[in-house]
Amino acid sequence: MTDQTNDRTASVPIIETTGLTREFRVRDGLHRRTVVAVDDLTVRIEPGEAVGYIGANGAGKSTTIKMLTGILVPSRGSVTTCGLRPVQDRRRLARQVGVVFGQRSQLWWDLPVRESFRILAAIHDLSAAAEHERTDELVERLEMADFLGQPVRQLSLGQRMRAEVAAALLHSPRLVVLDEPTIGLDVLAKQRLREFLVAERRTHGTTLLLTTHDMGDVERLCDRILVIDRGRLAYDGDLPGLSRTVGAERVLVVDLAAPTPDLTGIAATRHLASEGGGLRQRLAFDAEATTAAKVLAAVSDHAEVLDLTVEEPDIEDVVRRIYASRRP
Amino acid sequence: MADTVPPTGLRDRLRPYRAVLASRARSQTSYRASFTLDLASSLLIGVVELAEIWVLFHSVTEIGGLDFAQVLLVFGLADLCFSLADMSFGHCDNLPTYLRAGTLDVFYLRPQPLLLQLVTSDISLRRLSRALVGATALTVGLVVNDIAWSPAHVLMVIVAVISGYATFAGMFVWAGGAQFFLIEGAETTNAFVYGGRYAATQPASVWNRPLWAVFGFFFPMAFTGFLPALWLLGIEPPYGLPDGVGWCAPIAAAWTWAWALLSWRLGVRHYQGGGG
Repeated sequence: MTDQTNDRTASVPIIETTGLTREFRVRDGLHRRTVVAVDDLTVRIEPGEAVGYIGANGAGKSTTIKMLTGILVPSRGSVTTCGLRPVQDRRRLARQVGVVFGQRSQLWWDLPVRESFRILAAIHDLSAAAEHERTDELVERLEMADFLGQPVRQLSLGQRMRAEVAAALLHSPRLVVLDEPTIGLDVLAKQRLREFLVAERRTHGTTLLLTTHDMGDVERLCDRILVIDRGRLAYDGDLPGLSRTVGAERVLVVDLAAPTPDLTGIAATRHLASEGGGLRQRLAFDAEATTAAKVLAAVSDHAEVLDLTVEEPDIEDVVRRIYASRRP
Repeated sequence: MADTVPPTGLRDRLRPYRAVLASRARSQTSYRASFTLDLASSLLIGVVELAEIWVLFHSVTEIGGLDFAQVLLVFGLADLCFSLADMSFGHCDNLPTYLRAGTLDVFYLRPQPLLLQLVTSDISLRRLSRALVGATALTVGLVVNDIAWSPAHVLMVIVAVISGYATFAGMFVWAGGAQFFLIEGAETTNAFVYGGRYAATQPASVWNRPLWAVFGFFFPMAFTGFLPALWLLGIEPPYGLPDGVGWCAPIAAAWTWAWALLSWRLGVRHYQGGGG
């Protein structure tokens, strides 16, 4: 029966919007004016895709997610999620979608994590067997065994986020929407969560849609990127394409043993700046054209490298450049 | 993919609500000392409200044509109904908290109806002690008054308690729906919910006309205590109302729920921005 469901839905996009628009009436002093939060959004996402949905604060990301999940009614245009109409078929859709809101919790703060999972299993009508199998899988892969018995309010941010993700995925949804899932997490916690999501997608074919301010999330999780600017779709394509469009480069920062003349001749890099008479130098490089290791090797030919860091392109910066390129 | 399917049996259908409510009850009772304190303070509130009436009767011998024992019956009925409704529906008129915390958005992502999720999201067990005050007042009222007991009288007590509970519960849901629209909504709706409770525990014969319009008709508080009590006591209702008007308590409850569901529906549509 499950296979049939998959066959039937294989050709149906998991998300399809046509001219999706959402306006809000806001009071501005004595006057009321209309703000367009999402403007004529037409997007099609196929099952199994991993899509990064990025944009500045207030660009319309959350409003889109709320329309996709049936919380908000669109002002104009149409939307189907998992082949269903989100508002009218909300309850059926809820069985196929899992949402992680970075800012709001699905868990009961005064209950042990384990207990929250048990309640959510009841809410999603999981059989005892399905509940145990899925809970065990999530506990193992998200490494939650240590804090399963602790009340949610006592968890660290990283632990709570893992529990939130597990809570949203407990009913094995076809589509997982993550709103800023790695915000505030340390490097290791981010990495763990990303690895989990990659594995989840590989084993279950789950579709991922995530909003983020973290370029690392986009690079490591997404094979498609949507950039939204003031409610309008500004970019739809893959990461190399985005880098080509806006030239999002990484920066290798090297601390050298002795003052060195500016390293201007390294292949596929651009010298940005030198400090301390050439003790610290910054080199921008395109991750598509070369690797940090190659750049480092080339630098080592010129001088002894004591320390190094690689700076990721800043997502705000990427978005800003896209915005700038759209506004002459 | 382990797509979950909607359950069919009643037991399975109730499973999500049972799981949440049981967890709420466990969590509230797990800290014994704090729970005992909650019960005690809630009991105190109930006792103070009852004492208020007793104090009044120090200066007068009757209020609205009823003596102390008879008023005790009115108070007992209405207060028991209110306390039980407050225990199970009271959090519904705290909707702004749910909106701020994003809990309502989380409800949208679960495969149950929103209102049922809201109602079963909490239960205030500490209000049990408050209900105990009402139940005691009702029991005393039923014992000390001169009631010509018959099966119909027993039935009336049952009908009155169930309908009164439903009426107050409907008020809480109405308030929740209205709070989608009102900024600081709880302030406004409290006037009706708690004003209604207060009015209901008094003999409605002392109400003035505007009060009758609001709590006799629109929010039919007179049906939660006063009118059924009059029938039990064999006293003619005021304003030329027919003798058996107390039996209309279930209609009053249904009327309140009609408003409650309309209010909730409009509120949700407003929240989703679908017009209305």
